[in-house]
Amino acid sequence: MFAFIARRLGSGALLLLVISTIAYFLMFFSTSNVAMNILGEDASPEAIIAKQQELGLDKPILERFWGWLTHAVTGDFGTSWFTNEEIIKTIFNRLPVTMTLVIGAILIAAVLATVLGMTAAVKGGAIDRLVQFLAVAGFAVPNFVVAIFLVTLFAINFALLPATGWVPIQDDPAQWFLSLILPTSALVISTVASAAQQIRSAIKAVLEKDWVRTLRSRGIPQREILFKHVLRSAAPSGLTVLSLQFVGMLGGAVIIESIFALPGIGQLAVESTSKGDTPVVMGVVVYTVVIVIVVNLVVDLVNGWLNPKVRV
Amino acid sequence: MSNLVLDVKNLDVTYPAAGFGKKPFKALHNINIQVGQAETLGLVGESGSGKTTLGRAILGLAPVSAGTIEFLGKDISHATRKDRRALSRDLQVVFQDPYTSLNPSMEIGQILAEPLQIQGLGEAEAKRRIAELLDQVGLPSDALNRLPREFSGGQRQRVAIARALALSPKLIVCDEPVSALDLTTQARILDLFLQIQKDTGVSYLFVSHDLDVVRHISHRVAVMYKGEIVEQGPSAQVTVNPTHPYTQRLLMASPVPDPDRQEKRRVERKHLLEQQARELQSQG
Amino acid sequence: MSTSTAAATHGSAIVRKSLFKRLVANPMGATTGVFLLLVVIIAFIAPLIAGFDPAATDTNNLMTAPGGAHLLGTDSAGRDVLARIFFGAQTTLISAVLVVVTSIAIGVPTGLVAGYYGGKFDGIASWIANMLMSLPSIIVLLAVRAALGPSIFVSMVVFGILIAPGFYRLTRTAVMSVRNELYVDAAKVSGLSDVRIIAKHIFTVVRAPIVIQAAMISGIAISIQSGLEFLGLGDSSMISWGVMLNEGFRNIFVNPLLVLWPGIVISLTIGSFALFGNAMRDALEDSQKISAKNKKRSDASAAASFAVAETEVPADADKHLLTVGHLSVGYPQGDGSLKKVVSDVSFFVDKGEVLGIVGESGSGKSQTAFSILGLLPSNAKIASGHILFEGSELVSATEGAISQQAMTQFRGKRIAYIPQEPMSNLDPSFTIGYQLVRPMTEVLGISKKEAKARAIGLLETVGINNPERVFKSYPHEVSGGMAQRVLIAGAVSCEPDLLIADEPTTALDVTVQAEVLDLLRDLQKRLGMGMVLVTHNFGVVADLADRVVVMQYGRVVETGDVRSILRNPQEEYTQVLLSSMLEGKTPMTMLTGNAKEQ
Repeated sequence: MFAFIARRLGSGALLLLVISTIAYFLMFFSTSNVAMNILGEDASPEAIIAKQQELGLDKPILERFWGWLTHAVTGDFGTSWFTNEEIIKTIFNRLPVTMTLVIGAILIAAVLATVLGMTAAVKGGAIDRLVQFLAVAGFAVPNFVVAIFLVTLFAINFALLPATGWVPIQDDPAQWFLSLILPTSALVISTVASAAQQIRSAIKAVLEKDWVRTLRSRGIPQREILFKHVLRSAAPSGLTVLSLQFVGMLGGAVIIESIFALPGIGQLAVESTSKGDTPVVMGVVVYTVVIVIVVNLVVDLVNGWLNPKVRV
Repeated sequence: MSNLVLDVKNLDVTYPAAGFGKKPFKALHNINIQVGQAETLGLVGESGSGKTTLGRAILGLAPVSAGTIEFLGKDISHATRKDRRALSRDLQVVFQDPYTSLNPSMEIGQILAEPLQIQGLGEAEAKRRIAELLDQVGLPSDALNRLPREFSGGQRQRVAIARALALSPKLIVCDEPVSALDLTTQARILDLFLQIQKDTGVSYLFVSHDLDVVRHISHRVAVMYKGEIVEQGPSAQVTVNPTHPYTQRLLMASPVPDPDRQEKRRVERKHLLEQQARELQSQG
Repeated sequence: MSTSTAAATHGSAIVRKSLFKRLVANPMGATTGVFLLLVVIIAFIAPLIAGFDPAATDTNNLMTAPGGAHLLGTDSAGRDVLARIFFGAQTTLISAVLVVVTSIAIGVPTGLVAGYYGGKFDGIASWIANMLMSLPSIIVLLAVRAALGPSIFVSMVVFGILIAPGFYRLTRTAVMSVRNELYVDAAKVSGLSDVRIIAKHIFTVVRAPIVIQAAMISGIAISIQSGLEFLGLGDSSMISWGVMLNEGFRNIFVNPLLVLWPGIVISLTIGSFALFGNAMRDALEDSQKISAKNKKRSDASAAASFAVAETEVPADADKHLLTVGHLSVGYPQGDGSLKKVVSDVSFFVDKGEVLGIVGESGSGKSQTAFSILGLLPSNAKIASGHILFEGSELVSATEGAISQQAMTQFRGKRIAYIPQEPMSNLDPSFTIGYQLVRPMTEVLGISKKEAKARAIGLLETVGINNPERVFKSYPHEVSGGMAQRVLIAGAVSCEPDLLIADEPTTALDVTVQAEVLDLLRDLQKRLGMGMVLVTHNFGVVADLADRVVVMQYGRVVETGDVRSILRNPQEEYTQVLLSSMLEGKTPMTMLTGNAKEQ
């Protein structure tokens, strides 16, 4: 077990290193105009050169990368070129927004998808066709179109919910909750059907196993077979589906945060990339990869634990 | 036996380790068999005995780690794919599962043409040969443009046999060719194998788990157990009066289709097992 | 020789149609195909049909309503919305093509090589694929935009790289499943080179799934592309649906229609790609699996209620342990007919008696056994007949199936089942002990402790040397023969009166078969159980059965005492079956008299 975790962590660290290296060297191509972007178009050439020196842009790329890397491993991603804010602080300020959104959405989606998928697989018929239809519909309508639709309907036409903005929970729990409804729904709606469809296939595959029939022949109640045996066997595939959906939601959050003007990581990513704020972009990339690695590790561990052939 | 087609000497097959910390798996140990012209050597054994591996080693589909496989006087134990192309004129195969041994997306005509094309046969000539083959294995000539899935298991096995016969080989390795078939189909396919041997003088290495099948089709029989050959000899002797304890057990285990004779066999089997247990005890 | 394949192979003449024809015949495939074709045509002839310059601003006509000269109105700069939609199709399609071409060019060759050769290349390629798959593409694309500039086409090529693992995995899995197929082995024996094997035998298998995946990925590409542009991260000087959404959203309070049009065309196009892919998959499966079709069709009719045709209730049913009378079982077909797999089958089993049901694949012998257990697939229907256990009816007249309610009191308790394949009939996630104990606590209502003691005793009874250890083991830790003993122990654990054994020794080696037959005979005698023994092997019948039912094509051919059936078969089919037996025949002689007979 420990060997397994160690191997996965090692693989994750390697992944992190590879991604940040690629990202850093890609960014190298875009730093030529940064000083002017920061200082404005009419800045004097001297000021620009001074700024470039201040940012360390005059040093060779390898030296800069090494400097960034040695700081990054200690958790220090430097400061923003534009706002001079400490990046780690910015990320931690924005993390709660994104995490509330994404974790809330994945939990809701997981429950809904499991219930829908299970019902579709077991009952078949109309609900089965409905799930399949919704899966195509969910695939066809991108999450931002869903979001725009929700805004138009509930915020503009009915004016029931706030269209944009974020209220911290400590300021006003009720408003916090209301401000989350539309963005979370947008994320859930665009993922739940496809997750349900995949969970449905996973459960259907288990239901066709010979041992399900044998358990029934032994007089075990159908309900127990479904919830204890079938769900257990379908869990690994279901978790894998949900982990992929989670990664998808991290990406989806970028768009959703923009639409609903939520001050999360996604918005930070959009702002920093359009300005060319390299240190912030690097920080966001590293943070995202870390989250993905952790989620995958957890899923692998749970799946390993569920499988008696792997468990030792 | 002056006309040896196949001569396997001291053959070992070892599969490399499947992962770190795992031992390489020795599937075959010190195998010696011979097949003469127009002769059938039956190879019988239970699952995991290595009988299929032996057939695959001869075909170049399993890693030979020691020993030689002489085919028509030439060692082919480490033949390259190019050598195999020349070899395939004389050495062919029929597999167990007629469902996976034919490419589902290829028409019967294309399947049968493949070995001919590799040998560079012209189109007209290939067509003629294919028509001949279909007739030989008892398939209708309109089978050409149909896909494997349009045929029953027995008919597919006929296609596989036709493919093996295409180049008039000297030896066909038959890997459990009738075990996936129904009883009546099995009888017809066995008849076909016998008929072909009578007509063409081909030799068979006939692998099967079923002692009855092997007895019916073989001139000589070799019995495999845990990667080794434990007994080898004329079919009538090995499959009726075996000398090795394992072969004896195998023979007694197979039930006969009559309740009274089967009851007798059960008693004989019980005695045999008790006797073997006693012998084993007295040995140590 | 399982039941589903058998039913499909018997006497089915299939008319082959080309994939294209089947695709067009499917309304979903035809509609979406036409729509996608229309999008392509519009993209090509946009300059001819647009009527307006899509970039021409007109400050006199800002955000006009649909109708009039501007069919869909104008946007915030007075540009014609319809013209912009037509021209936007170009950007959309180019993006989709870029993504698909890039990802196929990278994913397919690497997948072929990794799948066929495995080894180190596979290890490294799979690691990279996993890495790319686990990245949120939008965030990567944002970083790429920051680095390489706002060109949407550059972003699309990068996205093609990010999504290439989809093709890689698909190809690799397909190749790996084919690599060890016997027909590839046959090609190797023929001396075909690797390149030709891949081109001829392997690529043909992955070709169709790749096309389907390409349709799906086109949809995703359009979604991502318009998403980026919607965020304002595209090239805003371009005319595209995403840019239109972006501009529309900025004016959403003024004119919500401006987001409606691009939203609709984006969704329709993506949806068409997805549905077109689905239709292609259906068309393909149609041609590959006939049996799968049965399943699908019956889904629709499964919910419909189904009345059992009336037949006479067999007389003296209460004298027998089990009575089956005029039983017919079938699978509803798409055209409303019923494909019968069991027709008008009648027999009985007495207490303590072994009835052998013999037949070849497709004879309906297993379907008959599952009918008695009430364990037929959910789409199967009992069309007529009765099944009576000690005189009480098990068939529900209204459901076209065994009444699960009537069955609950018998199943596991008085009627038990021994399956064919030992390994696939134990739940791999639970210990053998749990799977033995739980039915006893449920059916007999005894305590866990009591059940455990009983289970250990049972394992000993079925000839397992170390019952304590096997009790704690998971199914994958025991051999096939051992697993079959465990299943037999489970079947007899509640001391049933009737045992249904479906080819109980077919999956076993001959020597193990002999031991299991001994065990079954011993238990049957000791517990005085009635038994239905389904098998294709006359040796097994001779060993266990008292009476025999011979079946063919779902019908009973002959019934009788085991000795009379085996020694003096009356029906021609039984005679043919027995003459096909090899035991007692002179070796090297013809069995059928005609090798070429079909």
